Amino acid sequence: MVMTEYPEAPKVRGAMPSIDAERAEHGPAKMTARDVSVYYGEKQAIDSVSIDVFSEYVTAFIGPSGCGKSTFLRSLNRMNDTIAAARVTGEIALDGEDIYASGMDVVQLRARVGMVFQKPNPFPKSIYENIAYGPRIHGLADSKADLDVIVEKSLQRAGLWNEVKDRLADTGTALSGGQQQRLCIARAIAVEPEVILMDEPCSALDPIATAKIEELIDDLRGNYAIVIVTHSMQQAARVSQRTAFFHLGHLVEYGLTSDVFTNPAEERTKDYITGRYG
Amino acid sequence: MSPALPILLALGLGLAAWLFARARALTFRANSTSKRHSALPSHFGWYAALWVAVPMALFLLAWGPISSQLVMADVLDSPAAQDLPAFGQQRMAILAEARNLASNPGGPNFYDEARTLAQVYAESSQFYTFIGVGIALLIAGASAVYVYLRLKPDLAARNHVERMVMGVLLAFSLVAILTTLGIFATLVFETWRFFGMVSPLDFLFGVQWNPDPMSATEHIDASRYGAVPLFWGTLFIGAIIAMIVAIPVGMMSAIYLTQYANPRFRAWAKPALEVLAGVPTVVYGYFAALTIGPAIRNVALMLGVSNPSSESALSAGLVMGVMIIPFVSSMADDSIAAVPSAMRDGSLAMGATKNETIRRVLVPAALPGIVAGVMLAISRAIGETMIVVMAASTAANLSANPLEAMTTVTVQIVALLTGEGSFDHPTTLAAFALGFVLFLVTLALNFIALRVVKRFREAYE
Ligand SMILES: Nc1ncnc2c1ncn2[C@@H]1O[C@H](COP(=O)(O)OP(=O)(O)OP(=O)(O)O)[C@@H](O)[C@H]1O
Ligand SMILES: [Mg+2]
Repeated sequence: MVMTEYPEAPKVRGAMPSIDAERAEHGPAKMTARDVSVYYGEKQAIDSVSIDVFSEYVTAFIGPSGCGKSTFLRSLNRMNDTIAAARVTGEIALDGEDIYASGMDVVQLRARVGMVFQKPNPFPKSIYENIAYGPRIHGLADSKADLDVIVEKSLQRAGLWNEVKDRLADTGTALSGGQQQRLCIARAIAVEPEVILMDEPCSALDPIATAKIEELIDDLRGNYAIVIVTHSMQQAARVSQRTAFFHLGHLVEYGLTSDVFTNPAEERTKDYITGRYG
Repeated sequence: MSPALPILLALGLGLAAWLFARARALTFRANSTSKRHSALPSHFGWYAALWVAVPMALFLLAWGPISSQLVMADVLDSPAAQDLPAFGQQRMAILAEARNLASNPGGPNFYDEARTLAQVYAESSQFYTFIGVGIALLIAGASAVYVYLRLKPDLAARNHVERMVMGVLLAFSLVAILTTLGIFATLVFETWRFFGMVSPLDFLFGVQWNPDPMSATEHIDASRYGAVPLFWGTLFIGAIIAMIVAIPVGMMSAIYLTQYANPRFRAWAKPALEVLAGVPTVVYGYFAALTIGPAIRNVALMLGVSNPSSESALSAGLVMGVMIIPFVSSMADDSIAAVPSAMRDGSLAMGATKNETIRRVLVPAALPGIVAGVMLAISRAIGETMIVVMAASTAANLSANPLEAMTTVTVQIVALLTGEGSFDHPTTLAAFALGFVLFLVTLALNFIALRVVKRFREAYE
């Protein structure tokens, strides 16, 4: 189904005018969620969340632990399908196309909506094979030379090429944590996704590795819609242009990062950002 | 000396010491004002019981063999023993009979000398039993005095008991280790003797296996002891044919059960598969010999093979493969389950299908564990005896045709040991040499497999 219109605006107060202004300038959202609820068995983890995610922007999801950020993120590329108890209602669309529609090819969806996990999870294969994995299964390269180009380009974009170009045959798990995480980002962008979802990508890394990843996210921003879950207010403020604050399964506030951080519309947002709870 | 005696003595005196020390501890308690005690009364009991019983039991255990040597010396010194034949079977037989008669005077009696010797035997063994028990009681008494002197309210009996228990446990584990060493030493010793008669080169590299138990020990034809056909038969049946069955079936069932099956199906299918490992191998043996063997023969006949054997390597190998399936599948199951789910999620999030994820990520990541499982399965298969004894033949053939009759190391060991050769004949000793080779090979396989599994575990921790 193609959604050209937005039958229902996100139930978000406060920062909406600026979002609307962005949309007017920026065109339709890359991904839209309308009234999305996620259940684990009987338990509801996300309660009617509606949100728009735009290309060329980094959107940060913040909120206290257990509020459902990861759950919502995983519903954007249907990784919740791998959890038997999880159930998603409402509507999530990628370029206006309902990703939970029965005809949706999950494999294609996940190639278009890539994901980077909290803990670096390179495959126990060589660095080269880690990057080549996605292009191989999706048939993106016609020849070995093509594949070499993709591998090099992906590593370069992930800022890892200079560090690993002489050791592509080494196993990916032998890299440092920060390098592994950049390898995972390189692996994700090797299949040319349109959206990249990152779930606390720096939480296992030291400040220097974190700074590198943040820099990388900033560099990548122009080509993708990036969604990042983070517990670090500073990180959200540094890398994102939009911030969504979740609390107890609800989307409390969503707007330009500058607005959310300097002038939150909701008391709960303010309390969280200023560290009064969380 | 009857073996019941030391046991009864140790138990009886130990119990007495236990009761006594516990009673003492209770009086200590009654007289003490503090609520905190260094140990419970039962700890005092155990402390005393172990001290009294263990040294005495150790002495009696050692006394058994010592006293029988002393008795034998007495018997041989007695005037009645001077007319015994100096060597040989008869001398042994008479002495054995005398020993039997001593404990069971109504037993069979063929030699007159034995009757008189039995008298000496009985007297002497009574005497030494008496001495043994006397010394044991002295030891027990000495330990009792020692314990009594140390029974004070502040004795840390609990810690002492702890250490003594550890000592007892150590002693028992040494029994297992020493037994293994003993078995190994026997194997090595007999193998050494065999290699004194047949050179290791002939044995390990010769291609003709046809030992003759009737040949004179002085004229050994070493070329008849070439074990290569046996090694080949063992490998072909246990490591090739059986694995051609077990690896694919085991792997695929493990993958299905871990990745696809719903929990309810898995809950009964996995135990059902593991039952295969619990079927007695004899049952597999007659299944192979009576069902699969003839069936294979009939199929071969239909296909125009002339004169196929019903004791083919194929039938033994196929059935052995079925027996081995659970070994492969449960190791593969564990290894696949041990791959962190982050790997699986990483692959699925790249847009890989379940099947691609299994083939390209899970199985390669689990490969070391799977390989180790296969190695354990092979070592199990090549040591397996019953199936091949019943279903394989005893003819040593060096052939790559699975329809041909073949024999294995284990079959030959059974055949050699139950054959007509005397115990110092190379045909019998060859069994030890074969056993030794088998032992080394399975040991190496197990060792490597365990190392691989350990490495694999470390890689994910
Ligand atoms: N696989 C699951 N099965 C059942 N409940 C789950 C599962 N995963 C998450 N939940 C529950 O859903 C709620 C939201 O969890 P989620 O992981 O999305 O939180 P989060 O915001 O990402 O937290 P954190 O910041 O700690 O990562 C929690 O209450 C959690 O217990
Ligand atoms: Mg989370």
